[in-house]
Amino acid sequence: MALLELDNVTARYGPVQALHGVSLAVGEGEVAAVLGANGAGKTTTLRAISGTVRRDGTVQFAGKRLARTGPDGAARLGIAHVPEGRGTFAELTVWENLRLGAYTRRGAMKDDFARVQTYFPWLDERRSQQAGTLSGGEQQMLALARAFMQRPRLLLLDEPSLGLAPLLVTEIFRIIKELNESEGLTVLVVEQNAHIALQAAQNAFVLEVGRVALAGASADLQQHESVRRSYLGY
Amino acid sequence: MLEFLTKRKTAVSTGISLPVLAGLLAAAIFLAIGSLSSGTFAQQTVSGLSQGAIFGSLALALVLIYRATEVINFAQGEMAMATTYIAYQLTLWHLSYWLAFFLTLLIAFVLGVVVQLVVIRPVQHKSVIAVVIITVGLFILIDGLVTWKWGADLKFMPAPFGNTVYHAGGVAISRQDIGVFAVSILSVVLLWVLFQFTKLGLAMRAAALRPAAASLVGVRVDAMLAVGWGLAAVLGAVAGLMTEPTQFLQPTMMQAVLLYSFAAAVLGGLESPAGAVIGGLALGVFLNLFGQYGKIGGYYLGTSELRLPIAFVILLIVLLLKPTGLFGRRQVRRV
Repeated sequence: MALLELDNVTARYGPVQALHGVSLAVGEGEVAAVLGANGAGKTTTLRAISGTVRRDGTVQFAGKRLARTGPDGAARLGIAHVPEGRGTFAELTVWENLRLGAYTRRGAMKDDFARVQTYFPWLDERRSQQAGTLSGGEQQMLALARAFMQRPRLLLLDEPSLGLAPLLVTEIFRIIKELNESEGLTVLVVEQNAHIALQAAQNAFVLEVGRVALAGASADLQQHESVRRSYLGY
Repeated sequence: MLEFLTKRKTAVSTGISLPVLAGLLAAAIFLAIGSLSSGTFAQQTVSGLSQGAIFGSLALALVLIYRATEVINFAQGEMAMATTYIAYQLTLWHLSYWLAFFLTLLIAFVLGVVVQLVVIRPVQHKSVIAVVIITVGLFILIDGLVTWKWGADLKFMPAPFGNTVYHAGGVAISRQDIGVFAVSILSVVLLWVLFQFTKLGLAMRAAALRPAAASLVGVRVDAMLAVGWGLAAVLGAVAGLMTEPTQFLQPTMMQAVLLYSFAAAVLGGLESPAGAVIGGLALGVFLNLFGQYGKIGGYYLGTSELRLPIAFVILLIVLLLKPTGLFGRRQVRRV
């Protein structure tokens, strides 16, 4: 059964319609990628799910219709959204960022922090450092760690590769895959870098002007003529 | 694989720069030496600290709201005055001073939350100037209501700290000065503990700094703003109650205090809570010492009429030399 299901979801910014009826489904324990050109509505799709932008249409999450309670409501239901710009609390310390990740949860965060450290061993010695002084790659990892502390059922990732060196992009996607495989985390990732996204994801959706133009298994999409030409460049 | 990430050392920006720290230390040493060599100097310093602590706590209330709502709450002083009247009313009903004190803090919190919910929230996302105008309107409204209910004549509350005066080596220090200082600073410290060490405090800071990101991790940003107004009102109530022993109760009692607190907040850097408190203390001590020794070229400038103008000369100098205030943070950020 699908963990997340969007049916004819629309969203607008003032007079500008950004989503013209997006329908897609993400299965539990799956990594799914959203591809598309600039302005196709990739970011807006994530924002519509978490309720950061006002949406119409239905979003089903874990078998229930998701109410329009805003992003804090979605977070409490187990949706972690790492937005564009990574949502880092730049003025706060690394440790405070992680504590905020665990905000919706009760009890001690010791065990979770120990688990997070197996993925990001450098976090411990940097825990009192101001998060804004971390490098871009470190901030992206901190964002993943913060989302992990939330213990979400669904992780929404917006352009994790943005502004990072190729080596780091590979590293970030390796960690995303590992989180998915060993923690069973469901991930919906928006990505410009179609190449790496299709490698990491089992399924993918291609957005064009606010609609899903193409959907399928990553392996099939990699072979697809127009995807190859438009997004993979060969 | 990640070794290259951990090796590089990154400079962490702190709230206070070295020259400012050195300046504050020098000032503290100057005050200590002065107090040891002159009894009058010591007395003026102590009562300056006591007044400065009041400025500091009201300045902190201004900073709290400024950080969260990005406006100066011009009604902060009047809210403080109104809550002091509530405490007065409670003592009229034969409650003991300290019971009335704590009950008033509770009432102040509720009032602060209600003000945010009812009059600030509806206009908050529309424009900053609208919120400013609302706070000015609140100023006038509260002033009118209090005068209508209790009248404009002086009222008196029981002295919270008694009238004892301690003598230590020729220096007379009133118990009241010590009490006012202790209560004001204690309330500031408690608030700092709340913000620094509790989950609620962390969520409030996150909501003020990055509302969008805070809501994505599950923080109810609107609720945090309301709690922030409540806490600011509590600090204001402390400031009002601690002003009462020297100024007594009248509808205008907090107006000058608000202006001094505003100067103190700007002196410390409007974004910095620690700066507001230290700014308040520095201003209180400076004004008192200037009142005693302020003779420049044969002219005595330390008269009470010049107190407020001098506070604003300081404000002007700070804004010209260091617009971010003593504790202003230069943002160091890497994207």
